[in-house]
Amino acid sequence: MTKGSIKQTTMALSGNEAVAWAIKQCDVDVVAAYPITPQTIIVEKFAEFVANGEVDTEFIAVESEHSALSACVGAAAAGARAFTATASQGLALMWEIVYIASSLRLPIVMAIVNRALSAPINIHCDHSDSMGCRDAGWIQMYVEDAQEVYDTIIQAFRIAEHPEVQLPVMVMLDGFFLSHTLQNVNILPDNIVKEFVGVRKPVEIEVPYAGKVPLMLNPEKPITFGPLDLYDYYFEHKMQQEEAIERSREVIKQVNEEYAKLSGRKYGDGFIDTYAVEDADVAIIVLGSAAGTVKYVAKELRKEGMNVGVIRLRTFRPFPYKELVEALKGVKVVGVMDRSMSFGGYGGPVFLELRAVFYDAPERPVIVDYVYGLGGRDAPPSMIRKIYDELLEIKKTGKVEKILKFMGVRE
Amino acid sequence: MKVQKVVSLAELKGWREIPIAGIPWKLSTEFKTGDWRTFRPVIDQSKCVKCMICWIYCPDMAITWDGEKISVNYDYCKGCGICAKECPKKAIEMVEEVR
Repeated sequence: MTKGSIKQTTMALSGNEAVAWAIKQCDVDVVAAYPITPQTIIVEKFAEFVANGEVDTEFIAVESEHSALSACVGAAAAGARAFTATASQGLALMWEIVYIASSLRLPIVMAIVNRALSAPINIHCDHSDSMGCRDAGWIQMYVEDAQEVYDTIIQAFRIAEHPEVQLPVMVMLDGFFLSHTLQNVNILPDNIVKEFVGVRKPVEIEVPYAGKVPLMLNPEKPITFGPLDLYDYYFEHKMQQEEAIERSREVIKQVNEEYAKLSGRKYGDGFIDTYAVEDADVAIIVLGSAAGTVKYVAKELRKEGMNVGVIRLRTFRPFPYKELVEALKGVKVVGVMDRSMSFGGYGGPVFLELRAVFYDAPERPVIVDYVYGLGGRDAPPSMIRKIYDELLEIKKTGKVEKILKFMGVRE
Repeated sequence: MKVQKVVSLAELKGWREIPIAGIPWKLSTEFKTGDWRTFRPVIDQSKCVKCMICWIYCPDMAITWDGEKISVNYDYCKGCGICAKECPKKAIEMVEEVR
């Protein structure tokens, strides 16, 4: 990738180390985390920075993930910039606090190292953990490589803390495929990142008994976080969350642009990253590290004269429906690759969302779903090629054998 | 004790008018919680030695001291009975509310 005018240092980092480096540079006040495979190295590496005195972050070694996110909620409510990271069962244990963090409008950033959920216990990658909390009111971004996770964590603080947003952000990286794989990562200078993220400034709210007060726990100007809210006002507060995540659309794009100017690295429009989709007849939509393989196969097929394209969905929440309809204009057949199940549903989460969007679109492509890679099952180029072959066949014949298929599973 | 007016949902504020994050914009003292009570504490002033133990234990700060005698603020007392239980002189009796 091209570099901007700022001198960057290239380091061989795993995805997890790239997260730790981003956190180190983002001037984070509080990190509370509990180690879990495959996220452990984030916590381990960051603890090393703390022990070496390289950061002045308050590092809280908690006894569970429930406590990790609870500590972040407390810290963020006190006005601190807070970070945590987890995976799979850890996220499952955080569950009730996940909703509380977004409802209390706390701009926490959390890295999720995607891992399958038990049972049977499995430490490898799929997206069922983060997809499970897709309706928890967090902004959710999936990255393709270690460089992107470094860049996205830095962007996440800007998005979360934007006065118009004030919502937590989850940054997803694929367990092992990204978390444990070394890659050359370009690191910006400390002062540049520090300047880019700035210092967290709590927003002001207006309350009749005290006037304008900062939205934070402050003994000088006390307010109550988390009181009871029944049928009379709960719905109104949910509307505010909906409005905030809608407003984040513009912010995600702006931050992506601004960061591109700084670093020379840009991830599509911040929402979707496309490859050869403009004149494509068929396209695959995919999230995370598998996008690299899909692009590789698409490139090969292009050489063979087939009009195939790729859309990598980077931001899943808020869902980029307008962008997807626009990008898929002219595409006849779309294959969605879902790395998680929606048991008993009509298809996987990405498929369901995309299908619903196209119900009202002027041109409706055929959309089929491929659930793949559960529990870390490999998604080799041969499998991707098979998907493209099927999509091209559907385009040719107009016949869809099955709307939902499971790829790479033994019969 | 005044009975609070029943407000219809249509009279309440809209979502653009209230602070974000579920932060209350009214003080808790505006919510008179005394009507939750089933038993009310009644102080026998002749037995009371003004030790203030009831004042310390009351979880709702509903025991008041005016410089001369202890009394109960029935707007907020939920009738939990802790004061009666803790009173060393048995000066507080819990009497059933009859409305």
